[in-house]
Order: sequence, then C-alpha cells, then structure tokens
Amino acid sequence: MTATATQPSSDEQKAGAVPTFTVTLKVQRYNPEVDEAPHFETYEVTAHATDRVLDALHQIKWEQDGSLTFRRSCAHGVCGSDAMRINGKNRLACKTLIKDVNPDKPITVEPIKGLPLEKDLVVDMEPFFDAYREIQPFLITNGHEPTRERIQSQADRDRFDDTTKCILCAACTTSCPVFWNDGQYFGPAAIVNAHRFIFDSRDDGGSQRLEILNDKEGVWRCRTTFNCTDACPRGIQVTKAIQEVKRALLTSRF
Amino acid sequence: MQIHKYDVVIVGAGGAGMRAALESSKRARTAVLTKLYPTRSHTGAAQGGMCAALANVEEDNWEWHTFDTVKGGDYLVDQDAAEIMCREAIDAVIDLEKMGLPFNRTPEGKIDQRRFGGHTRNHGEAAVRRSCFAADRTGHMILQTLYQNCVKQDVEFFNEYYVLDLLMNTGPDGIERTAGVVAYELATGELHVFQAKSVVFATGGAGKVFKTTSNAHTLTGDGMGVAFRRGLPLEDMEFFQFHPTGLAGLGILLSEAARGEGGILRNADGERFMERYAPTIKDLAPRDIVARSMANEVREGRGAGPNKDYVLLDLTHLEPAHIDAKLPDITEFARTYLGVEPYTEPVPVYPTAHYAMGGVPTNVETEVLRNNTDVVPGLYAAGEVACVSVHGSNRLGTNSLLDINVFGRRAGIAAAEYAVDAPWVDLPENPEWLVEGMVEGIRGRESGERVVDLRKALQETMDRNVQVFRTEASMKEALGVIEELKERYANVVVQDKGRRYNTDLLEAIELGFLIELAEVITLGALARKESRGGHFREDYEARDDVNFMRHTMAYRPPVTVEEESPSAPFADEVTLDYKAVTVTRYQPMERKY
Ligand SMILES: Cc1cc2nc3c(=O)[nH]c(=O)nc-3n(C[C@H](O)[C@H](O)[C@H](O)COP(=O)(O)OP(=O)(O)OC[C@H]3O[C@@H](n4cnc5c(N)ncnc54)[C@H](O)[C@@H]3O)c2cc1C
Ligand code: FES
Repeated sequence: MTATATQPSSDEQKAGAVPTFTVTLKVQRYNPEVDEAPHFETYEVTAHATDRVLDALHQIKWEQDGSLTFRRSCAHGVCGSDAMRINGKNRLACKTLIKDVNPDKPITVEPIKGLPLEKDLVVDMEPFFDAYREIQPFLITNGHEPTRERIQSQADRDRFDDTTKCILCAACTTSCPVFWNDGQYFGPAAIVNAHRFIFDSRDDGGSQRLEILNDKEGVWRCRTTFNCTDACPRGIQVTKAIQEVKRALLTSRF
Repeated sequence: MQIHKYDVVIVGAGGAGMRAALESSKRARTAVLTKLYPTRSHTGAAQGGMCAALANVEEDNWEWHTFDTVKGGDYLVDQDAAEIMCREAIDAVIDLEKMGLPFNRTPEGKIDQRRFGGHTRNHGEAAVRRSCFAADRTGHMILQTLYQNCVKQDVEFFNEYYVLDLLMNTGPDGIERTAGVVAYELATGELHVFQAKSVVFATGGAGKVFKTTSNAHTLTGDGMGVAFRRGLPLEDMEFFQFHPTGLAGLGILLSEAARGEGGILRNADGERFMERYAPTIKDLAPRDIVARSMANEVREGRGAGPNKDYVLLDLTHLEPAHIDAKLPDITEFARTYLGVEPYTEPVPVYPTAHYAMGGVPTNVETEVLRNNTDVVPGLYAAGEVACVSVHGSNRLGTNSLLDINVFGRRAGIAAAEYAVDAPWVDLPENPEWLVEGMVEGIRGRESGERVVDLRKALQETMDRNVQVFRTEASMKEALGVIEELKERYANVVVQDKGRRYNTDLLEAIELGFLIELAEVITLGALARKESRGGHFREDYEARDDVNFMRHTMAYRPPVTVEEESPSAPFADEVTLDYKAVTVTRYQPMERKY
C-alpha cells in the first residue's frame, strides 16, 4: 500500500474501501469440563485485508461461539499473550495478517505444543516461566554500587541488544522438537534470556548462569534446527544466541 | 471459596504494581494479584521514554521539568505532586539502571536522552533532551526489568486472578479501614477472598471505553470501577488523552519519539501544518494541541487519503540507519499493519485514545481519598488507575512511565509501613456476595443481549461524541446511549457457562466497568464548561480559571447488600463535586508553544 491508498477510520468506509473476503478457520477446541480429547471445529468469518488472525478469532468469539478461549491483550505483538500454531507454524495471532497466510484455504489454528493444554488455545505457561526463572534472569553484580548510573559503552550495550527484545511468548520454545520430546529441557527462550545477562558488561553472574546451562537439560541439547529463530515474532536470532552461549561455555569467554 | 491472609495485597503487575511490590515485599508479607501474567501488562507497550532531568547531554534541572509538567497539564496539576515526581525522577531512572535496565547510552557511556513533546529548557525556551530510553521499547524494558527483580526477590504472584471487589470494614478503633479484596480465578472460576491490612490498586487505564485506542483489550478500568462502586470518588475522569499518532484506522501507537527524532506531520498538500498551530515547538507541541490540530486539518478538508480522513507522519528525510537504531519497533508496526515502508513513504496517522489522566484520587503518599480531605486507611493507588494529580488535564509524554515508578515505589513503601503497625480488620459478613452475585447473575442468564453489541455501541458513541472535539449536544447524545446501555446490560448473556478459563464471562464483567466509567467521563465533561488540556469544548473554547481551575470529583452511592441485581450494579445517579488545585509556585498563564 502507498500512503495515498485508503486506510479509513470508520467501519462503513472501511468496508467500502478495503475489500472484504470470506475465510475459513479450523480451530482446535478442547473444553476439559466436557470433552475427552481435543477436536477441530470450522468457522467462516468475513475479513478485511488489514485483519489479523486475532481479529478472526475475536469475530468467532464475539459473534459465533463465546466459549472459544484464547489469551490476548495488546493486539500488536508486544505482550506475548497469543502465541499459537497457525497453519502449523508458531506465530502471534495479533501479528499475522490473514492475507499473508493463504486465506484461500482453511487456516488451521492450534495451541502451542509441549505445554499442558488447559482449554482451546490456552496452555499452562508455568513450566515455561519456571525454566525462565531458573536461569537467574536478573542483573547480578559484585562490589559496591556507584551513586550514579553504571557506565556502559554503546558498543557494550549493543552486544546483547537482540536478546533484550524477548517478550516471553514461548513461540520459540514450543517450536523446538527437543522441547516437545523432553519437557525438562530449558528451551530457547530461557537460553535467550540467559544470553541477555551473560553478555551484559555490567553483569557478574555469567559463570553461575553458564553452569546452570551446562546441565544435561541445558544448552547442549540444542540440535540447531533453527525452528526457534523462524518462530520468533520479534526477529531475535535465537539460534545464534544459543550458539554464543555454547561458545562461551567452551571458551569461558563472554 | 478460599480465604487468604496477607499484610499487603497489590492489585496489578504492570510498572506501578511491580515497583510497589519490590518495596512492599521487603517490608511485609505481600501478594500481587494480576489478571494478566505480569509481563503481559500494557506498560510493556510503552515506547518513547521516561523523563528525568539527568542533564546527561545538556543543561537541565528538575524545576524546569516541574514547570513543563504543570504547564503541559494546563495548570490543573497539583504542583506539590509534580515537584515530588520531577525531583524523584532522577533517582527513579538511576534505580532502574541499577536493577539492570539497558538504557541507550551516550558516547561517554552515560544514559542517553532525547527530546519529547512539551519538555523544554528554561520554562519554554526550546526543546530539551530529557527522555531516557531504550530504543522505542522503553516500557518493555521497564516491565521486564521490574519482573526480573521480582523474580530475584521472590515476590509472590497470583496470576490470572481478577480482582472484582474491594472490602472495607470498621476496625477495632471504630474507623472504617481497608479489609481486603475479592478475586475471581480465571483457571478454575473459583472466588478468593484476600484479607489484607493494606491494598494497593495498580490496575492501569481504561482506554477500551473508546473504539480507536492504543490501549490493550484488557484495559477496562477495573480498579476505577471497583473503587467507584464502593462509594469512593473518581477524579478528573473527563480528561482523557488522545495521542496524535495512532496508525490510521487501527489506533496502534507510533510513539512521539518519531517526532522527537525528527519526524514531521504533513497534511494532504504536504504542508507542515504544525507551524501554524505551535510556531515555536511545532510538531513537538503537547499532545492535546497536536491531536486537535490534526483533527482540524481533516475537518477542514486537508486530510490525506481517498477519504481525506488522516494526516501523514513523514520520516522519509531521516536516515534509514537512524530509524533502525532509534525507532525499530514502530516502523515495523507501519510495515506489518499498514504495509507502508516508512523509509520511503509517509505513514497515515490519526489521534487515538491513549491515557486516562483522571482516576482514583490520592494524596502524594498515594493514600486513596474518600472525599476532598480524608483518606481510607490502608488503601493506596498508583499508576494510571490513580490521580495524584501530576498530569492535570493533559499528560506530557514520558511522564507516565515516570509516574508509575515514583508513585509505585511510594505506594509500596507506604502500604507496607502502614501494615506493620495497623490492626487487622475483620472481613465483612459474606465478603463475596457482590462478586458472586455478579458472576452467577451473568452466567445463569439463558438469553439476552450479546456483549459485543453493547460494547460496540458504547465505543462508537464515545468516539463520535466525547473525543477530541466535544459539545453539549454531542455529550447529551452519548449520555442517552449510555443510559440505554445500563439497562440493556442488566440483560447481558454469555454463551460460555463453564468454570475453567471463562473469558466470555470476564469480558461481560469488564464491559460493566466500561459503561460505568463512560458515564463518569461524559458527565464530568458536560459539566466542565471550558476547554483545558485534553478536554476541548467547541461551545466553550477558552480556559476558564475562575470557574473551573478545580478538580472534578464524581461520586455514586455505594452498592449495598440490598442491591437487587448485583449483576448490573450501576448507580441511578452520579453526583459531581469539586476539589481545589494545589498551587505552589506557578500561577496560571496562557498556554502557548
Ligand atoms: C502504546 C503506548 C505507549 C506508551 N508510551 C509511553 C511512553 O513512552 N512514556 C510514558 O511515560 N508513558 C507511555 N505510555 C503510558 C504508560 O505506558 C502507561 O500509562 C503505564 O505503563 C501504565 O502503567 P500501570 O502500571 O499503571 O498499568 P499497566 O501496565 O496497564 O498494568 C495494569 C495491571 O493491572 C492488572 N489488572 C487490571 N485489572 C485488574 C483486575 N481487575 N484484577 C487484577 N489485576 C488487574 C493487569 O493485569 C496489569 O498487570 C504509553 C501507553 C501506551 C498504551
Ligand atoms: S496480543 Fe499481545 S502479543 Fe499478541
């Protein structure tokens, strides 16, 4: 679209200016209070070219079946609530435009894999956050505190910039085949957050974090399949970060 | 039903709630109840920065910052509160850095600072570099850093617990005090009563009252609604900030940092129209002025696009490398959601409902007021839910991230210190009756009106009638719709009757808060026959300090046990009173930029 193309504000104008189309969604449903096993249900919704998969899910929830359950909050890819499997790939529903996932065919929507299923698209996030908490995701410093800010060069700051972008949506961890097979594996997101501190020049906790990640459920389980990097909605070079942590373990340099 | 007992309960785990928790949990047994996982809170969406007069890159001091805050708020700011905020700003930023926040750095390795709307040197001479930032994800970094420190300190969270009622009772000394809260657990549908000596409300804003908004789906003003239903006042609710640069048609925010870094607003003719409205600081004038100027361009036919209904944010003269370094996220929003490439094309933008200046009134110790002078012992509020009032009638950019840190910290300390000495207050009888009535009333209904229809009607009337331009007629129209919606709400029905993760039910309950708050916003705006900051009346275009340099205080009678239908606990009548503005050193002047 160019800036002169239309992006009107009211609904009627929107309908007039932006073409609408019908899409079919195949959504995995599971209500633990009545269902024995998950199953798929199919819905048809009317979408605009600018609509996201989250808009389609809302349309189903608000106008067809109020019991369809999923998490969401910010609706623009910053809070990490709505990672799900869309056409077999982990994405944020609020950052995935319908027109970009081939709306000519039914769009499949499933919960992320590897975490306990709670209801429909909602999974239990606690095991994921447990792994995150285990790598000590906070600045660890020795010595006394300066009165003003610590000095850090912009180059040192840039060293870990990429891994500060993580929104803990779990898209990476739940796209990892190792994690699917072994729920004990820390998973990419925890390693990304360890990286964020290990490579922060202000931090003195690098060795203890590396020791944690040297565990049998730690970084060495990574088989470099790059699923995590593909899945990250923030564009973090997840696999690269994991490689850097591995290298730091081998060389004790970070 | 389960009963828990904590010294301090903090409601909300955004910036304000977690900053409070870091202080409180060091001093007293503390629980944090939050309807979202902490890291999902909307503080994480904040982009541009947090102001503090660090003077790292040019001369600056906190008194200039205070002046800008008072003037930016169009003299409705309580100046004692603004002084505290701007003075404590410096430590607030340094504290965050020490907690690990990765700020952008100057060539000397200090915290870098950039310009932001309304922040000036020496009382308005020129724009000053005061905003501390981490690219355009400052809020994300604040939220992550605070959560990381909560993990470090082992703060106890109850995630996905919705607080739906506040409990007060007469203490052993005959004084009415805070007794706790009632929460609904999303995962199980169970009710939990938390008995507590002190409660801190940090539930954030209420942007979903409007249709076009930068706010998350979950910002439904619950904390304000809960307090109001218990008979506590709400202050200055008519002042809602419309941020100039929402992505047209979507409302997703593009930070003012875009203009701070050199972006320019243009109309359809390519004219830099802000030169006409604010000749000195142009595109960096405060938000209310820029938003109205944009709306005016569109109204007068100079809007861009086939429907001439937006203006353009031009970044094309900036180096792509500079854009990537300073504004990576927001330019990505333009690409993802509008398909516009900001390197080469201007971005369609239009004002979007952004920030509630009003809220639960508190004093500078963050104690909640029950009237103009008395506090509710044990009850505190901080962040967007509160009104101290540091933002007056218009908040300056970067002052909210500051507010949540300064007053969040104060609330945590005050609540814990109070709890150490205060007596336990018994829970009232049947503490859960209101929430139970609300939940069961809605869940039990077999047929009726859909949530979506009511919410749409509400948001559309608020966008059409109570937005950037307001008149008596437009607001009366809105009130008519709201009145109708209050009645229809008594009939609202949800399809999901289950107990596990019933978000259908919670959306219905959240809608109840939205309707209630929309009425307070509109009534306050109707009664305020002047224009000030974010509140602009076309039928009263001037600021009127004689009659209206005062805070609005809205009240309703508290819900009572005799209430017939707790599932729609609206008041028949809202009354308005007023409270004096605290002036220390700045007498009101005309607000020109
Ligand atoms: C897109 C955007 C960009 C912004 N950029 C800036 C900026 O650059 N600078 C700046 O200063 N300000 C900015 N702001 C404003 C600022 O981000 C917010 O005002 C501020 O973060 C609010 O923080 P808070 O802690 O009060 O609330 P929030 O962060 O919204 O947190 C609210 C918390 O309350 C909880 N909660 C709500 N209701 C309930 C309930 N019923 N029961 C239990 N828990 C509940 C939620 O789970 C959440 O944890 C921006 C705002 C937006 C929307
Ligand atoms: S809803 Fe926040 S990331 Fe999608």
